[in-house]
Amino acid sequence: MATFNLLVAVSLAYVALLFGVAFAADRLAATGRSTWLRSPLVYTLSLSIYCTAWTFYGAVGYAARSGLEFVTIYLGPTLVMVGWWWGLRKLVRVGRSQRVTSIADLISSRYGKSNLLAICVTVLAVLGITPYISLQLQSITLSFSIFFQETDLQGFSETRLVLWVAAGLAVFAILFGTRNLDANERHHGVVTAVALEAVVKLVALLAVGIFVVWGVAGGIGPTLARIDASPIGQWQVNGGRWAAITFLSAAAFVCLPRMFQVMVVENDDERHLRTAAWAFPLYMLLISLFVVPIAAIGLKLMPDGANPDLFVLTVPLSQGRDGLAMLSFLGGFSSATSMVIVAAMALSTMVSNHLVMPIWLSRRGGGASVSGDVRHIVLVSRRVAIGVIMALGYFYFELSGGGSALASIGLISFTGIAQILPALVGGLFWRGATRTGALAGLMAGFGLWVYTMLLPGIGSGLIPASVIDAGPFGIGWLRPQALFGIEGMDPTVHAVMWSLSLNAATFSLVSLLTFPSPLERLQGAQFVNVFDHSAGPRGWTGSVAQSEDLMIMSQRIMGGREAQAFFREEAARQGIHAGLPEPTPAFLERLERKLAGSVGAATAHAMIGQIVGGSSVSVEDLLAVADESAQLMEYSSRLEAKSAELTRTAAKLREANEKLLQISQQKDAFLSQVSHELRTPMTSIRAFSEILRDTEGLTAEEQTRYADIIHEEALRLTRLLDDLLDLSVLENGEVSLNLGTGTLAEVLDRAVSTALSGLERPIEVRRRRSAENIVLHTDLGRLAQVFINLISNAQKYCDAPRPELVIAVHDLKGRIAVDFIDNGSGVPPEAQKMVFEKFARVVHDKAGGAGLGLAICREIMHRLDGEISYLPDRSGGAFRVILPAAVEMAAQ
Amino acid sequence: MTTGPGEDTRVTPPIFLERQSYRRRRLLDAARLLPIMGAALFAVPLLWPRAGGGADGVPTSSAILYIFSVWAGLIVVNAAFGRLTRGMNQPPGRPEETDRDGDA
Repeated sequence: MATFNLLVAVSLAYVALLFGVAFAADRLAATGRSTWLRSPLVYTLSLSIYCTAWTFYGAVGYAARSGLEFVTIYLGPTLVMVGWWWGLRKLVRVGRSQRVTSIADLISSRYGKSNLLAICVTVLAVLGITPYISLQLQSITLSFSIFFQETDLQGFSETRLVLWVAAGLAVFAILFGTRNLDANERHHGVVTAVALEAVVKLVALLAVGIFVVWGVAGGIGPTLARIDASPIGQWQVNGGRWAAITFLSAAAFVCLPRMFQVMVVENDDERHLRTAAWAFPLYMLLISLFVVPIAAIGLKLMPDGANPDLFVLTVPLSQGRDGLAMLSFLGGFSSATSMVIVAAMALSTMVSNHLVMPIWLSRRGGGASVSGDVRHIVLVSRRVAIGVIMALGYFYFELSGGGSALASIGLISFTGIAQILPALVGGLFWRGATRTGALAGLMAGFGLWVYTMLLPGIGSGLIPASVIDAGPFGIGWLRPQALFGIEGMDPTVHAVMWSLSLNAATFSLVSLLTFPSPLERLQGAQFVNVFDHSAGPRGWTGSVAQSEDLMIMSQRIMGGREAQAFFREEAARQGIHAGLPEPTPAFLERLERKLAGSVGAATAHAMIGQIVGGSSVSVEDLLAVADESAQLMEYSSRLEAKSAELTRTAAKLREANEKLLQISQQKDAFLSQVSHELRTPMTSIRAFSEILRDTEGLTAEEQTRYADIIHEEALRLTRLLDDLLDLSVLENGEVSLNLGTGTLAEVLDRAVSTALSGLERPIEVRRRRSAENIVLHTDLGRLAQVFINLISNAQKYCDAPRPELVIAVHDLKGRIAVDFIDNGSGVPPEAQKMVFEKFARVVHDKAGGAGLGLAICREIMHRLDGEISYLPDRSGGAFRVILPAAVEMAAQ
Repeated sequence: MTTGPGEDTRVTPPIFLERQSYRRRRLLDAARLLPIMGAALFAVPLLWPRAGGGADGVPTSSAILYIFSVWAGLIVVNAAFGRLTRGMNQPPGRPEETDRDGDA
């Protein structure tokens, strides 16, 4: 059969078809009539790049070697999809709301847009995917070689063939993956082509399976019987591997850059996930359905030593079904190409965004706005990156000798990629995860993976056999496949367990111990609580940003037309009809997201940062913001204080006004009282002087009596005027105190003798002299005046048959109380409040004073820093004079 | 349940909605339980006797039947869940965001 040439022709035709489909899909998407392109079906089918040539060829080989263990590779992702409501939904929402371009971008974004972390993830991904790409090369080469053997062409060189395959795939990936720039624009063409390839590989595998079951074995029953009779007829799966690989495949399903690309970046609508959640497991189930039958029948049909990885091809060929073999070949070719295209696309995006662009930007120093076509640089760097990645895959193939089984290579790759899992899951669900923690965890996991899996996997090329057997420098517990002296474990389980557990432990521990930067905490909240607020982080305070510079830069990255459209739209949004939009924070944020779609979050952040004047969110900025708000708060609190003060002032004014009114009333009352008090003696003086003047024949006795009355009234008038003067002087505070030192006893002696001298029946005064030996430093004369007043009051008003006055001295915590208590009936309760008011006289008929005495006493005591009060709860009239404490104790 | 602004005329709907949202919660619980249940079911083969050393293992045909049945069961249940939770992605009252491709 003329198979080889036919094979090449069919391959090329198939590639041409794919191009056609991709091109048409892109055209359709551009015109906006692409509703079916965005259907959940296409999304689900695009997820099938999980099933690569490893699945297509390797699964059967895997099954032929270790029975049903192969199915773990699909059970893990099934569980992830089944739990989509938990995990994937959040991942997709975060990816869409943050406009991430790759898994490295997501991790960097989560941990404060750290480019270092992005670089780490990128390097890890490139190294992890390299074996995987070499796997695709190997499988394509093997499948070609089958046909070579069939046609027995001379000059077959596997190495040359691999080189050609690698080069071909690189060109293919470049042509497909780097045609347009914005990774977030979604590669409709590629996705559609991938979906088509998904159908092809499923149909091919199902066709081979159906052929084997019904064509060769003769139905389901005989097939099952044959399976049980085959070498893989009994359950022989190692439990550790079963669990570890299920977990590993679940982790890799989420972390693989190409899976992230189709699942998150290319996701058009979150609701597609709902369909994919059951449809994709179904796809995987169908893919794995015939694997064991093919393996079992293959083992029976094919000669010993035939490569079981190629049963999918060789079984139909051995039965003379060339057409089916061709379909199968196309299925394998589809698996390999779709994986390589998407993986290369994803990896090149990561490399250009996180390695090339930052270096290029820092080399340019001055900034993105000066010169040079960023767009061009990005595209070139992506193309070069694809070339380099394919070259790495090729070299890995050469180094590992291309001999190892497909499955083991795939597992090495999976374990490497799964190292991202702790940082990813921690970032999505734990706000306490920090950049340093993620970095440390990644480093630890990465190092362990390289040491326990990658290097031993490559073989003796890079790591001497002595190290594997006895450990480096003969240190036994550091043996790469028996760390810490735990021997006898399956190498894969060993590597997965140690690398992932130490990775997670380091990540958690360092996260617990370190403190995240403000931007990290901001992003952490955005990620973990993505369902609460799907808005972007506040980033820019663009007062200094120059719209022109932003425009120039955006044109270079997004392309002129698109940038202009975006800016026009933004200007319209701001209500500006001609010209550029104002660099408002909202606009800058949207622009950053838009740019992030092309060059990644960290780079976009840095680029806008350069133009806006380096004012990305730094600690200083946050502090400034905090300061500003603190100032605002201070200002508002000052305002509040002022308004409170105003309220207080107003209240005071009201009070003062009331007081003034009161005083005015008091003054009126006082004037009327004074005039009343003055009029009474005046009336009698006038009356008696008129009698003296007008009445004839008054006896001398009568004359003397009337003159006496006049004199007495004049005296009273004088006293009244004296008191008034005294009071007014005291009240106005014009009095000058004549301070002196003496004992209380002396003052009381003087007061008693003055008040009671020359009286016929003086009131009996009782004192306790021992208590009165207190030294006072005050105006002794004024104090005596108060005492005199009180004693004469008692003398005047005490109505007891044998009047008595008790003068008692108490010590009230440093103040001295002098009580004057008589045994009369006291002041009636209703008058008690009034006794210290001017002209307040309790008993009007006992005229003798003007009713100013107690008012004067009160004023005096006020001046002397003391007080005087009436004690209402005593039987007789009781007044208490309180003196301030002085140096009184000195005399005791 | 938030108490609506409605008056006497709207007494019955809250009870009805209460029940609905209760069902919804339990549905989400089930969704959370599903992967755990799947993992447990897929872990059952760990208990099977292994071939080797003269002892017979579980026949591969039975193993295939078990694993693929569990698998299919999970797919069916998950599909049912997807159907039941349609439109539950957004909190109620908010319009479905269909055109999020824009630069929102």
